[in-house]
Amino acid sequence: MTLVVNNVVPGASGRVLEGPCGPRKSQLSIARLGIYGFLIMAALFFLMPFWVMIVTSLKTLPEIREGNLFNWPSDPTFEPWIKAWFSACTGRDCNGLQPGFWNSVKITAIATVVSITIAAINGYALSFWRYRYANLVFGILVFGAFVPYQVVIYPLIITMRELGIFSTLLSIVLVHSIFGMPILTLLYRNFFASLPMEMFKAARIDGAGFWQIFFRIMIPMAVPITIVAIILQLTGIWNDFLFGTVFAGRQNMPMTVQLNNIVQTTTGVREYNVHMAATILTAAVPLIVYFISGKWFVRGIAAGAVKG
Amino acid sequence: MSQTLSAGSGRYRTRSPAKYPKPRRIRWSALMSVLGTAPMIITAIGVFVICIVYSGLLSFTDARMFPSFNFVGLDQYKRLWSTGRWIVSANNLWFFGLLSVGLSMMFGFLLAVFMDQKIRCESLLRSIFLYPFAMSLVITGLAWRWILDPSIGIQAAVRGWGFTDFTFAPLVNADTAIYGLVVGAIWNSIGVTMAIILAGLRGIDTEIWKAARIDGISAWKTYLFIVLPMMKGALFTAFVLQCVGVVRVFDIVIAMTQGGPGIATQMPAVFVIEHITNRINVALGMAAAMMMLLPVILLLALNGFIQWRMKRNRERLS
Repeated sequence: MTLVVNNVVPGASGRVLEGPCGPRKSQLSIARLGIYGFLIMAALFFLMPFWVMIVTSLKTLPEIREGNLFNWPSDPTFEPWIKAWFSACTGRDCNGLQPGFWNSVKITAIATVVSITIAAINGYALSFWRYRYANLVFGILVFGAFVPYQVVIYPLIITMRELGIFSTLLSIVLVHSIFGMPILTLLYRNFFASLPMEMFKAARIDGAGFWQIFFRIMIPMAVPITIVAIILQLTGIWNDFLFGTVFAGRQNMPMTVQLNNIVQTTTGVREYNVHMAATILTAAVPLIVYFISGKWFVRGIAAGAVKG
Repeated sequence: MSQTLSAGSGRYRTRSPAKYPKPRRIRWSALMSVLGTAPMIITAIGVFVICIVYSGLLSFTDARMFPSFNFVGLDQYKRLWSTGRWIVSANNLWFFGLLSVGLSMMFGFLLAVFMDQKIRCESLLRSIFLYPFAMSLVITGLAWRWILDPSIGIQAAVRGWGFTDFTFAPLVNADTAIYGLVVGAIWNSIGVTMAIILAGLRGIDTEIWKAARIDGISAWKTYLFIVLPMMKGALFTAFVLQCVGVVRVFDIVIAMTQGGPGIATQMPAVFVIEHITNRINVALGMAAAMMMLLPVILLLALNGFIQWRMKRNRERLS
């Protein structure tokens, strides 16, 4: 079983992101113009959907029908944004995206903390306290990273129904912790395995036990990898849709599911401006994480290559 | 930058386990280690072994809403492969997978090579190429659904410019809807492919360029025949990332086409979820889920075999 994982040890991967090192060419030539032309076309392709959503969300419905998709609104209005947040309808409920946002905040915060805590302990134990069959268990877990979710969803539903926790906050947190575990454990295990063994031995000689070494020595050293893990989980859990639809239930419906419900509601006039405002609001949190985290985000992706 | 790790084989184990002195508390600490990793043990055994076996067993029964253990042999699989909806789903997955992974790798590589030419505003461009990946596939799907929507999207815009018989409505037509999905999917994923390949390019020794120049090899040949084979690791990482995403494709279909028009853009992941929820036919859904697991297991087995062969060859040489 093989996994491809990028080395996220601090310092090792930071270097390669700095400065180009392709063939040397500096003067302006036709080839160079071609390169810029291609890159600018690509940039326009990537920016276009977001631009369309922003300008449309600021237009009134008549202007959307009459005007051009790409034009800046003649009379920008924030009405659709307010409506998307406070009073957009899914079926009979007209509370806007607001409840979904707070549900997503709850789910993401709790599930991120729980999954990272579990994974850090796993990685630490797998690197320094390997008991018999530990590697077998880890091998199965890594295999789990490749298993399509659909294969295990039904047994999980049945189990949670038996335990009486189906459609609760606990069930959605559990599901995110389960499916985040393979990649996060791998991340922490590779990080701890790169630390010098002497440090661990010294702590053992001084009489420190399992938890003491973990809390006093390992946690403070694992800050960089934890930042990567937090970025990975924050965006991953916030963007989840499948688990939200199946496990969260009506009470804890996350923002992505609510957004989809608002947009797919077929009764009445399609309020494209409200829908697009709602879409941008749902995308806002991961986008803010993305722009704040910068290079860390790329490391997170590379590390999460198997998470998909 | 990237390295291939094979879990459990011990090949990359940098140190032998547990060579520390053994104080009295060792047993206590070993117990702590098992207790501390209890969630992992429960997840690995409970979810990734028992749940998979359980799903497998259910696929041989006639369970409809609740699990039952009235075994009917391979009936569900026979039914599955005579169900039009499933056959369309399976074909769609191949078509969608080949097209979106292929295009994403191709454009990702091209962008990475162009980004590596000492261009201006590199970090700005990188942010632009990569930001779609930060967003949910639901958002990607909705955004592209609107852009491809004939009444407000590109078609309406171009008609507004005066080309009144311009037609561009891929999602409305059953034959072309899948291409719409591909566009949405690669919009989301090209940036990641680019970032991973670019990191691979940056990891290659700069001396290569000088050597190639002295030997009079053109830049594109250097890329194609020297650099490309050198960054197998990064390409493989990007490829695996894409493939895992393709098998799981669900959100974007729901947001963009809901499987339609008709059943034109059905996908296996949607098929399974529909059969265990709305269609209340668990056993058929589980048979479909097992069919999804099959290629994954085959690929992992193939990979394991290649690893084993390589290891054996190395041992023979040494």
